[in-house]
Amino acid sequence: MIKVEIDGKACEAPQGSTILDIAKANGIDIPTLCYDPRLSPYGACRLCLVEVEGARALLPACYAKADDGMVIQTTNEKLERIRKTLVELLVSDHPMECQGCSKSGRCELQRLADKYGVTESTFTGEVHEYDLHRENPFVMRDYNKCIMCGRCIRICREVQGIGVYDFINRGFKAVPGTPYDKPMQETPCEFCGQCISTCPTGAIKARPYEDRGRVAALDMLRNACAYFKMPEEDMMKALGLEGWVTRTTCAYCGCGCQLDIHVIDNKIVEITSPLMVGSGQGNLCVKGRFGYDFVSSSERLTKPLIRKKGKFEEAEWDEALDLVAKKLSETKKKSCPDSIGVFSSARATNEDNYLVQKFARAVIGTNNVDHCARL
Amino acid sequence: MSDNGNGHRYKVVLGYGTCGIAAGATAVKDALEEEVKKGSYDVDLDIAGCMGLCFIEPVVEIFDRQGGSVVYGDITAKKVPQLLEEHVGKGQVIEDWVVKKSEDPEACEGDFLANQLRVVLRNCGKINPESIEEYIQIGGYEAAKKALTSMTPEEVIDEVSTSGIRGRGGAGFPTGTKWGFARKSPGEEKYLICNADEGDPGAFMDRSVLEGDPHSVLEGMILAGFAIGARQGYIYCRAEYPLALKRLDIAIEECHQKGFLGEGIFGTDWSFEVKVKKGAGAFVCGEETAMMASIEGQRGMPNPRPPFPATHGLWGKPTNINNVETFAAIPWIIAEGGEKYAEIGTEKSKGTKVFCLAGKVRRTGLAEVPMGYTLRQVIFDVGGGIAEGREFKAVQMGGPSGGCLPAEKLDTQVDYDQITAAGAIIGSGGMIVADNRTCMVDLARYFLSFTQDESCGKCTPCRIGTKRMLEILERICEGKGEPEDIEKLQVLAGDIKDASLCALGGTAPNPVLTTLRYFKDEYEDHIFNHKCAAGSCPALITLRIDPETCTGCAACVKVCPTDAITGEKKEPHVIDAEACIRCKMCLSRCPSESIIAE
Amino acid sequence: MTNTMDDIETAKAILVIGSNTTECHPIIGLRIKKAVMNNECKLIVAEPKHIRLCYYADRWLQLKPGTDVALINGLMNVIIAEGLADEEFINNRCECDRYDELKELVKSYTPEKVEEITGVPAGDIREAARTFASAENAAIIYAMGITQHTTGTDNVVTLANLAMMTGNIGKPGTGVNPLRGQNNVQGACDVGALPNVLTGYKPVTDAETREKFEKAWGVKLPEEVGLTATEMMEAAAEGKIKAMYIVGENPMLSDANIRHAEKALKNLDFLVVQDIFLTETAELADVVLPAASFAEKEGTFSATDRRVQRVRKAFEPPGEARPDNEIVADIAKRMGYEMENVEPAAVMDEIASLTPQYGGYSHARLDSLPDGESLHWPCTDAEHPGTPILHTTVFTRGKGWFAPVEWQAPAEQPDEEYPLTLTTGRVLWQYHTGTMTRKSEGINEIDPNGKVWISPDDAAKYGVENGKKAVVTTRRGDIDIEAKVTERVPNGVIFIPFHYTEAAANVLTNDVVDPVSKVPEFKVSAARVKAK
Repeated sequence: MIKVEIDGKACEAPQGSTILDIAKANGIDIPTLCYDPRLSPYGACRLCLVEVEGARALLPACYAKADDGMVIQTTNEKLERIRKTLVELLVSDHPMECQGCSKSGRCELQRLADKYGVTESTFTGEVHEYDLHRENPFVMRDYNKCIMCGRCIRICREVQGIGVYDFINRGFKAVPGTPYDKPMQETPCEFCGQCISTCPTGAIKARPYEDRGRVAALDMLRNACAYFKMPEEDMMKALGLEGWVTRTTCAYCGCGCQLDIHVIDNKIVEITSPLMVGSGQGNLCVKGRFGYDFVSSSERLTKPLIRKKGKFEEAEWDEALDLVAKKLSETKKKSCPDSIGVFSSARATNEDNYLVQKFARAVIGTNNVDHCARL
Repeated sequence: MSDNGNGHRYKVVLGYGTCGIAAGATAVKDALEEEVKKGSYDVDLDIAGCMGLCFIEPVVEIFDRQGGSVVYGDITAKKVPQLLEEHVGKGQVIEDWVVKKSEDPEACEGDFLANQLRVVLRNCGKINPESIEEYIQIGGYEAAKKALTSMTPEEVIDEVSTSGIRGRGGAGFPTGTKWGFARKSPGEEKYLICNADEGDPGAFMDRSVLEGDPHSVLEGMILAGFAIGARQGYIYCRAEYPLALKRLDIAIEECHQKGFLGEGIFGTDWSFEVKVKKGAGAFVCGEETAMMASIEGQRGMPNPRPPFPATHGLWGKPTNINNVETFAAIPWIIAEGGEKYAEIGTEKSKGTKVFCLAGKVRRTGLAEVPMGYTLRQVIFDVGGGIAEGREFKAVQMGGPSGGCLPAEKLDTQVDYDQITAAGAIIGSGGMIVADNRTCMVDLARYFLSFTQDESCGKCTPCRIGTKRMLEILERICEGKGEPEDIEKLQVLAGDIKDASLCALGGTAPNPVLTTLRYFKDEYEDHIFNHKCAAGSCPALITLRIDPETCTGCAACVKVCPTDAITGEKKEPHVIDAEACIRCKMCLSRCPSESIIAE
Repeated sequence: MTNTMDDIETAKAILVIGSNTTECHPIIGLRIKKAVMNNECKLIVAEPKHIRLCYYADRWLQLKPGTDVALINGLMNVIIAEGLADEEFINNRCECDRYDELKELVKSYTPEKVEEITGVPAGDIREAARTFASAENAAIIYAMGITQHTTGTDNVVTLANLAMMTGNIGKPGTGVNPLRGQNNVQGACDVGALPNVLTGYKPVTDAETREKFEKAWGVKLPEEVGLTATEMMEAAAEGKIKAMYIVGENPMLSDANIRHAEKALKNLDFLVVQDIFLTETAELADVVLPAASFAEKEGTFSATDRRVQRVRKAFEPPGEARPDNEIVADIAKRMGYEMENVEPAAVMDEIASLTPQYGGYSHARLDSLPDGESLHWPCTDAEHPGTPILHTTVFTRGKGWFAPVEWQAPAEQPDEEYPLTLTTGRVLWQYHTGTMTRKSEGINEIDPNGKVWISPDDAAKYGVENGKKAVVTTRRGDIDIEAKVTERVPNGVIFIPFHYTEAAANVLTNDVVDPVSKVPEFKVSAARVKAK
């Protein structure tokens, strides 16, 4: 363990911790943009610069490892001025059309701009005008909103192990891109959407939730967030809609990734994964992130069906349940309990599986119960 | 060379570096070979690297058997028959063409070399860089042999520390200390890198050394590898230096044949390999962390330090990086002793430094001088003062990361600390001289546009900050500056310096800051009076022809793209200010300097 | 899994066998990649076709389908021959005489002999064995490529032998780690949705166990082991099973030899299907009951690493669809059995009270876990911190039991009539029978239809063209399917993902099962291909 002092507060931390790690653990807020706990530190945005006593230069808190006895200042006039300048510089090349941007309310740049009171930049000059990339069904890229934090590039390489993106060009013209600017479906992209999950601004967005999943209420929410400069959660709280995000477990493979299902008007408007929680740690795959259209599919069964004269007819629950109970009871009585088979489901919950096997054993009286573990 | 050793009467050596080739040395070489092949002359032909006389290339040096020599400059293929006929055939020196004579080193342009002290450039222009034999003949690889067979690595580091040499790449960190860190850094696997990614505009000393004396760099690397415990070295050289790369390849191959590289060097159990890694020409790859990323096959972008390369370098292993010039000096230091090196220079800056004289100086080229020379000595005594007899205005030192110093700083000693105190840096050793026709705002704009273009784009202040600074400068040069622009520049420059990730961004504002410090009036003149006193910024000047001096030669008429110049033959001409686009083509063509920009 | 997903990253060597991890378990796939990229872990991939993990692998052992036991025996042969076995672990933790038997058996599996069986070069076998055995800690990860064989149980046992022999069990970054194919296979097994055991893997044949449950449930319980899913299908076809209640399964696409499954289901007197869609199976039902999806109900899933996690209701089910628990309870009630409180939280409490491994779980506890913390079973009481790594000090049975097994060829070998080996599996984009993924617009744009993967040589040999329709035939039936000519499959092997109802791979697969696990041999069938 090492001891350091941050803003006058004595802190203890394991050897090898970064200054940012320690600050976070001690509730000290240092602004960041290129930081994501899933990624190795990068030190590019410079917002987390802190002053360390005796150091030759300002150090990026996300990158610099703390040494025992370090005395650190995370805020002072100079640091705040630099941070404001940095935000102004970023804003000077960013379309500040937050109303209508689906990242409004959780855009990290927007939050910093609010914090430093930057509405428009004092630095005016050339602004990028890139074409929108929307050539695939999942990932939409709008590099006019890119702040070059490199998180998409790093997450694709470090977490997904693929490396679909890298920077192209130099200087002001530097921008992330795919090899030879190919559409993403012609790269090894797996459409996991990790880049979407890490992008701090509206530069990379989930197209299904942008294009198709839109509902009027969500638009209103975004506009309101932009207008009142309020984080999304706070806005929802103010509207009495805290429950709009539900934490649950992914229903696909057995990895058990944690999902946050965002729901407005009984519709899924987006799926994200909470950072550093569960086996996925905030990462998902194409199915977990984009594969939930089925829930609100028009093909969903909404009424019991009973086959009458070879054809399905909609029925009331009572009628259907009575029929099932009657038929099963009859079979049990006429043949034996073991002439009934019960299939439970590896998709269903533990509780439901438990009830189904209990039903087979206690109600029907057979051990003929199984599920598709083998398939 | 006391005796050319070939039994022939003369040895003719052609300066065959990139500068010479660019000036036409290949044609001269062909011509020389053809003349000699005709069999009429009893001479040996050889090539050498750049002698440093870039202002008068191609250069041919002719040695007689006694070792005396005459250097001829500005040689063309056409001049070759006459040169051979007169000098070799008749034994008569063609005085008009002479640059330097061994019997009177100060004469002609000889003071250019006579005022120098050549340690790093000791062999440049003297030996054939494509022949390891010539290098060995003058004592090459003796230092390496001595160190590997009779010294401990610590002793080598001590010797280097004693010499007091500081890293010649720009930062001026004491080399011995740096090696000591790498030596002590735990780990079996260590790497050594030679930074040959020279990229400052106007800097070409590394190229000249690699082209003229690659073996001294390799020998320096062998010594460094031995000292720090690295068995693998890399030379990161930009692909735009094809001749340097070619000569390095030859030199490495020769070393392998001689057993100076590979397993069991000099019969010891030490092994060392050197690989050349070609850089794609990104300026930022000269920054050590970006260079290592590039060697690893990644995009060359810097990473924050700490951790430093000495502990976490190439592929996460302890790594030592030095510049070409530093390595080239090491064999001399080991051979002659660190103390001897330390006798040269000032208290805190030992030894010599190679400067590249460029810009409006009369003699452009390579100047190696002891630390402690004044700027005036370098620019005037070595460089021969300002070209075309104009007035000295400023010297930009250290390339785009450096700063410019005005006339009142000419007596500053060339020494890391003094130059830094004055507001510039020694950097890699570029000296770009400006005369009174140079607009300092425009100069700052030029350097900033360079760094902005070469920014890797990783960190915010460098990527967008320098862009916004550049845009302000561009506005000022166009006469659209605002009164608050100066303060804006100063504040932004300060934040960029403090907040940038690497030295490229951290030093990018320097040219602006020093010009603001020494030439603020020029900025104000641009902003408030919409005037460019140097007559340089197109938007702020008018061009007119002085009727007193105009001879009516019409040279200007031929180059004017908008036909704005009219006049009778042999009569003074006039410029139509409406039609003139102020491209200044006429200005550069006028033989009588009658065109005035105001 | 004996270990957790999180600790995969700490392994120094990983053997991935019979698992296309990055496509079928993407999040585990990225943990493996991270181990390779950040932890200098050496990855050995044993897999007939070229999967993405091969790019990260230190060594790719391209074995012929169905030769896993031979390969692993070969690895063990080298490990013993070169003295790389963990004698200390074997002596302290395992039955030593069993080890001697194993030694005897694998003696004949020399790398050269194994090369003949598997097609993997002997040199690679030696190197892989050295890498695995000499790593500080080494994990084995496998999936259906191991289990879906007639020798599936043998395969698993052999892998356990390898892990024990090298002492790679019971510590971080090691273990025998099966990846469960579906979100809650683990949980369904844990809570007794199996014919032979009650919750917590307590045998139905054990009187004491039955007594405990009889007391809790207030009824007499059947004593005989029931039929497995595949056996039930068989029994249905034979008329022994007359009625079936299928909750959330689609055997009409997932079973081996679908035509047979169809016959069986059609032979029933009464079929009830409870699902969220009118699946291929539901189409055959007498009554279809609309169920709520996972997003419309409360409960828990148990991930493949025994991590029990909450499922929460995000919104109401559509129309009159109802959650499974209510439907089951209603049917039970109508059949004269009152299931008391079927609220999911109460059901979990009931599970906890009857299942030692789950004793410490409750919805309330799971809900109050801090972000980033998980509870892996066994978690025996409300204070228990969970058990991320199994077998840390002793095995469940006490001492480790080596079970030497000889390699046996798959049930169906290629022959003149069916010269190719068909193997099936999943692709990244789709999931199982496609009921869910194939309703996603984006996914269908990227992956609209099924394809048979065939090597360029075989394609030329059988006149099949890339992107054109082909006919794949086995002894069970034939399907029309687009051909994908790719070097990712070796000559002699074709691969068909089984997600697509219009080109259902399981029309072709062999329904012969492993004698112990009753898992069909999805991974090897003899097949032939021609252009359509």
